[in-house]
Amino acid sequence: MNISEERAQAWRADLRSSMKAKERTEIPRVHMPELDAEYRSHSRLEEVNLGLSAEQAMLEAKRCLDCANPTCMEGCPVGIDIPRFVKNIERGEFLEAAKALKETSALPAVCGRVCPQEKQCEERCMHLKMKKESVAIGHLERFAADYERESGSISVPTVAPANNIKIAAVGSGPAGLAFAGDMAKLGYEVVVFEALHEIGGVLKYGIPEFRLPNDIVDVEIQNLQSMGVHFVTNCVVGKTISIKDLEDDGFKGIFVASGAGLPRFMNIKGENLVGVMSSNEYLTRVNLMDAANPESDTPVFKGKKVAIIGGGNTAMDSVRTARRLGAERALIVYRRSEVEMPARLEEVKHAKEEGIEFWTLHNPIEYIGNEQGRVTHMLLQVMELGEPDASGRRSPIEIPGKTELIEIDEVVVSVGVSPNPLIPQSVEGLEVTKWGTVVVNNDTMQSAVPIIFAGGDIVRGGATVILAMGDGRRAAKAMDEWINKKS
Amino acid sequence: MNKIVSKEYFSANVIKFEVEAPLIAKARKAGHFVMVKVGLKGERIPLTIADADLQKGTITLVVQKMGVSSSKLCALEAGDFITDMVGPLGKATHIENFGTVVCACGGVGTAPMMPIVAALKKAGNRVITVIAARTKDLIILEEQMRINSDEVIVMTDDGSYGNKGLVTNGVESVINREKVDLCVTIGPAIMMKFVSQLTKKYEVPTLASLNTIMVDGTGMCGACRVSVGGKTKFVCVDGPEFDAHLVDFDEMLMRLGGYRDIEREENELYKEALSSK
Ligand SMILES: Cc1cc2nc3c(=O)[nH]c(=O)nc-3n(C[C@H](O)[C@H](O)[C@H](O)COP(=O)(O)OP(=O)(O)OC[C@H]3O[C@@H](n4cnc5c(N)ncnc54)[C@H](O)[C@@H]3O)c2cc1C
Ligand SMILES: Cc1cc2nc3c(=O)[nH]c(=O)nc-3n(C[C@H](O)[C@H](O)[C@H](O)COP(=O)(O)OP(=O)(O)OC[C@H]3O[C@@H](n4cnc5c(N)ncnc54)[C@H](O)[C@@H]3O)c2cc1C
Ligand code: SF4
Ligand code: FES
Repeated sequence: MNISEERAQAWRADLRSSMKAKERTEIPRVHMPELDAEYRSHSRLEEVNLGLSAEQAMLEAKRCLDCANPTCMEGCPVGIDIPRFVKNIERGEFLEAAKALKETSALPAVCGRVCPQEKQCEERCMHLKMKKESVAIGHLERFAADYERESGSISVPTVAPANNIKIAAVGSGPAGLAFAGDMAKLGYEVVVFEALHEIGGVLKYGIPEFRLPNDIVDVEIQNLQSMGVHFVTNCVVGKTISIKDLEDDGFKGIFVASGAGLPRFMNIKGENLVGVMSSNEYLTRVNLMDAANPESDTPVFKGKKVAIIGGGNTAMDSVRTARRLGAERALIVYRRSEVEMPARLEEVKHAKEEGIEFWTLHNPIEYIGNEQGRVTHMLLQVMELGEPDASGRRSPIEIPGKTELIEIDEVVVSVGVSPNPLIPQSVEGLEVTKWGTVVVNNDTMQSAVPIIFAGGDIVRGGATVILAMGDGRRAAKAMDEWINKKS
Repeated sequence: MNKIVSKEYFSANVIKFEVEAPLIAKARKAGHFVMVKVGLKGERIPLTIADADLQKGTITLVVQKMGVSSSKLCALEAGDFITDMVGPLGKATHIENFGTVVCACGGVGTAPMMPIVAALKKAGNRVITVIAARTKDLIILEEQMRINSDEVIVMTDDGSYGNKGLVTNGVESVINREKVDLCVTIGPAIMMKFVSQLTKKYEVPTLASLNTIMVDGTGMCGACRVSVGGKTKFVCVDGPEFDAHLVDFDEMLMRLGGYRDIEREENELYKEALSSK
């Protein structure tokens, strides 16, 4: 059934006429129940958002007008049939709602939590045109996915009979996982190679538990395993084994989803002082190595005055982690203004509630240390916004001579990541941009080397979970067609 | 999970392990290292691959007990499993026939030097190995080094064995005696700093294998960064070997000390836990 046929179903029509559009828009947007801000700023692992109750979700779903032309779907990077899943929640068919989500999204419980909805589906919701708050699509997505998981009736997708064709995914982040799931469904023998000792990519080593509990990712991984997907951890493709080894080993297609794991620094004075580190190092220590747990052998600095440089999700995750590890002052230092911050709106809101200081229009120009080489101060350049540039963003410019010296004992640099060069460098014939991303056909995700497909951050640079996941699914479809055409 | 197939004591604190790792054994070259993690909550630590046996599918690690993580590894026996091991990582040593090469090592650096000495010898170099330690009991791997070195010079600070003096005295005596085409040095950062100063004076090209703090070992975190010729480099992917004369050893020394207090605390806790068992 296509989308309009779905919409024309009797139950949907009845539901639509059961309440006037005006009444629907009069219902105020639901508030996500959350942990108390003071309490949670000391609780490292507890998830901040508690999730909607069934009543809350059903009421929120009533707000949706079930538009004939659902613009929200245009805002969704993978085109989820949003009104269908929302209306299923309204009528209490939560498992049906989850099913509708899963037709398009491989990881709805994850995306419901981490997608920047206010810039995607929710930005395009009809309600905004009527000067109302948009339907809380993200919260509803999370509700349906959580309901399915917690109900215990999570369905393992049916797997086609084995076709005995081996294919590989390199990297176990959202792109690799989504690809693996679709290929397993098609009957392929799927092996996922992961460099780290944990599966999940950024979902595990980057995004903290208070925003995305590990359990949720683990359930998805177990699902894949029960579908026959095989995971090989501690295996760096390009080092432990080469792409050529994989081909020689009989792999008929290779999906490279190795992410953008390389931290960027600003190359300013004092950046190599002790106590200055990348957000990747900070978050890897805390999330992957569990360094804040006394049982863990990995150490981590627990600064009392911690500055995080940057305004993205990684910066928000780092600063809120610092607060949870005991920072009395935790600062975001960002060179533009708050409007330009790339982080999800909700993370900025949560960070503020947790007492994070926002030093926008400030940019570090030097770190200063003591005799032991430990950072003690940072020198900030004060900025102002200039004229809009070609991209329409107002670029920050320095206010000459205006600086500020601030006492700190830890700095986390979170100014972006670059693609991991290992695979691009080790494969001959692969086309790579000057930013180090792999060039692929946008529809098929196939690279210049036919057997290699690629997607996620290795193709896009630092992007989003939903885009990575969408790439994985598209690559699976295209690789399947390509393999079938060949044989 | 990688199985330990044999364990041998070189001294009370220096232990050789043979570990099952067929893929790593096949892919590794001299200069490569692995990241090793013992236990679910273990730390990832870098260890050089000292040797490999393709037939048996094993690699050799030589580990010196330092703090918690190396001690946990050293407490394992043949038949036990290492929880996680990944590699080979880093850039392999550039090996060719340079002529005469002096390999200057001390402390933790002696084990990682072994495969380099062997590879240099195989490529036809005249290899002179200088091993240094504070005192006789701390000299390790002398016999193993003799197998692939044309000459082994032992230096002890207190003169209890070999020649009295520092590693630099040993290196300088060779430079004064004959033409040296290359020096390779591995050891505590402070030692490499002085070796580098010495060979710079004599204009002998020198490679230092840097043992910075690492977390992932794959280029993901930047914990291992050092300044080389004024540029920031990641030891785990750009190294571990660099032109010693360009390395900012003072910065490296400063960064190595970064976690010393926490490490000491963890080690105390670990020892307490052991003694209360
Ligand atoms: C702290 C943080 C917070 C974020 N928050 C959000 C958010 O709220 N919302 C959102 O949409 N996005 C967020 N992102 C971005 C999002 O996580 C990424 O865009 C997404 O994870 C990319 O997925 P991927 O599968 O391409 O790569 P990754 O998730 O990076 O996974 C790549 C995997 O490949 C492995 N690998 C790399 N090289 C090799 C190799 N040679 N051999 C084997 N394995 C290899 C890596 O170890 C890694 O596990 C965040 C990112 C970070 C770092
Ligand atoms: C590329 C590379 C290859 C290495 N190869 C070997 C090897 O083959 N065999 C081996 O025994 N060791 C090797 N090391 C060093 C080894 O990784 C460290 O000794 C180990 O990480 C110490 O961990 P720990 O928890 O036992 O001690 P910690 O508690 O971390 O440290 C104990 C003490 O040692 C000091 N220390 C910590 N790390 C280092 C270091 N990297 N260099 C010098 N001092 C340090 C600390 O400051 C502290 O005083 C190598 C290091 C690198 C980077
Ligand atoms: S645009 Fe808003 S109101 Fe319309 S279908 Fe989508 S979520 Fe419902
Ligand atoms: S150890 Fe993490 S980048 Fe080198």
